[in-house]
Amino acid sequence: MTDTQVRPRPPGATTRPPVADHKGALRKRRRKESLTAYLFLLPWFVGLIAITAGPLLTSLYLSFTDYSLIGDSNWVGFDNYIRMFQDDPRFIKALTNTAIYVFVSVPLQLAFALALAMVLDRGVSGLPIYRSVYYLPSLLGSSVAIAILWRQIFGADGLVNEFLGIFGIEGMGWVSHPDTALGTLIILNVWTFGSPMVIFLAGLRQIPTSYYEAASLDGAGKTRQFFSITLPLLSPIIFFNLILQLINAFQSFTQAFVISGGNGSPADSTLLYTMHVYQKGFNSFEMGYASAMAWVLVLIIAALTGVNFLMSKYWVFYSDK
Amino acid sequence: MTNNVKSRPDARAGAAHDGNGHPELNDTLFARVLRALSGKRILTHILLIGFGFVMLYPILWMISSSLKPEELIFREPGLWPSSFTFDNFSNGWDALRYPFSHYFLNSAIITGASIVGNLVACSLAAYAFARLEFPFKKFWFALMLGSIMLPLHVVIVPQYILFSDLGWINTFYPLIVPKFLATDAFFIFLMVQFIRTLPRELDEAAVIDGAGHWRIFTRIILPLSTPALATTAIFTFIWTWNDFLSQLIFLTNPDKFTVPVALRTFLDSSGESSWGPMFAISVLSLGPIFGFFLAGQKYLVRGIATTGLK
Repeated sequence: MTDTQVRPRPPGATTRPPVADHKGALRKRRRKESLTAYLFLLPWFVGLIAITAGPLLTSLYLSFTDYSLIGDSNWVGFDNYIRMFQDDPRFIKALTNTAIYVFVSVPLQLAFALALAMVLDRGVSGLPIYRSVYYLPSLLGSSVAIAILWRQIFGADGLVNEFLGIFGIEGMGWVSHPDTALGTLIILNVWTFGSPMVIFLAGLRQIPTSYYEAASLDGAGKTRQFFSITLPLLSPIIFFNLILQLINAFQSFTQAFVISGGNGSPADSTLLYTMHVYQKGFNSFEMGYASAMAWVLVLIIAALTGVNFLMSKYWVFYSDK
Repeated sequence: MTNNVKSRPDARAGAAHDGNGHPELNDTLFARVLRALSGKRILTHILLIGFGFVMLYPILWMISSSLKPEELIFREPGLWPSSFTFDNFSNGWDALRYPFSHYFLNSAIITGASIVGNLVACSLAAYAFARLEFPFKKFWFALMLGSIMLPLHVVIVPQYILFSDLGWINTFYPLIVPKFLATDAFFIFLMVQFIRTLPRELDEAAVIDGAGHWRIFTRIILPLSTPALATTAIFTFIWTWNDFLSQLIFLTNPDKFTVPVALRTFLDSSGESSWGPMFAISVLSLGPIFGFFLAGQKYLVRGIATTGLK
């Protein structure tokens, strides 16, 4: 018997066999648990291989070929990637449109979301009702029905022009004019500020009231409190919303597709990136080329997210650091 | 100033709604009414209501237009129709090759099956990630998180090739089967986060009683995870019901069209000529989302707040 043994042992028992047994049992139990875990994960594994990771790698391969569903496919190296930037003006147009769409609508959307969240967080009675009203457009915004509605509202005889008419302003066909069509899509995306707003509201609730009390005792005004308390403590949430909405906006498809009648009209002014991918892949079946464009999209999103994470060091404040 | 600071929702007014704050003891009803009536508050309410009205105006106007005779839609920008008619609904219902009940049924089948698939497959995977130890767990978990961010566009071409090899184009399988394979990893994450908050003592007690993991999962974890399961069901409903791209790609035969695809066909075939019927069907198509929204608000708000779902 050794005194250093922590585990109490039955007197007279030899040390070795029980330890071996114990270890064996433990290993057996671990192996059994792993097996159970993999059984629980089985559907997910199948999905990962067949629906997610497999297709992801396949599309990477396809992006280096001229695959088109029918006929042979040949290895073409980087031709698809070169073609995008050199021989496809519509690609450049789609990229520009998407960049404008994303970098205008996302900041506006977040600004509305934060502003409304701050107003609602001041103890307004009926908060759940307001929250629901502002949140509702987020749920409906990606539907075809709302896209149809948008096309009417901003059409030549649409609701917007009716209102402008009241003030004697001659309206125009907002969705049919190349200068304004993208703007209507941006407004639609801003209109769905409800979901980031709900996230902001949850974040604002985490800020202890005592901080504001202390600040106002010290004589800090509202503006000062906003910049010195609210903004720093909310910055992780702002960062989270920013990443999320950027990724969402880059993948916008339905609204532009329905409002433009499926082709990015007028004059390709609403041709978003994903629409160009769709047209190449499923209208003209240039699936190799479409895969290459999809991969460039992934790289753009990844790069943007990466840059955001790097920059977050300078403006996102984590209080537990 | 102090009043404003003190009247943060967790301190007072919101407490009644959240159920997680403690109203101060001296916060009498009288004081509340007084506060609610103060000028600044009324102004805030007027602005909030006004802004909400502007935001919802397009939807309200669409509902009202769907009830107006077609020739009045563009002559009356107001909300209250001067004469009611249900013609738009009956005209729209039969505007395409099949009556819209056909498309609604298709959408309902796909949506219903997707909900079942997500609930089953995602909760199974979530249990493994939240409660079991297995080799490379961190790696698989990271992979799962990464797949949430993956744009659909980068996998849909190979998926199309796969499903067309299987002869699944123009069937509902490409839209349903992936849900049974837990490809909506968002919900795995949601449920992992939830299960982690459940006390492990419950599992341990069950183990002592001789329960295996399957029993712990079905008898303890699942019943306690109802809020997360509800959130999953509601979001799956809304996403699938609204989904357009994958339905557009995998369903090309009008017999298999869902509501969004049929609506879009409606728009393309009738152009700008039949707004009334189109609005009527659009309103009907948004109805179920609105219903789920009203029924599951609590879960929706919690779901967005914890994971940032749209």
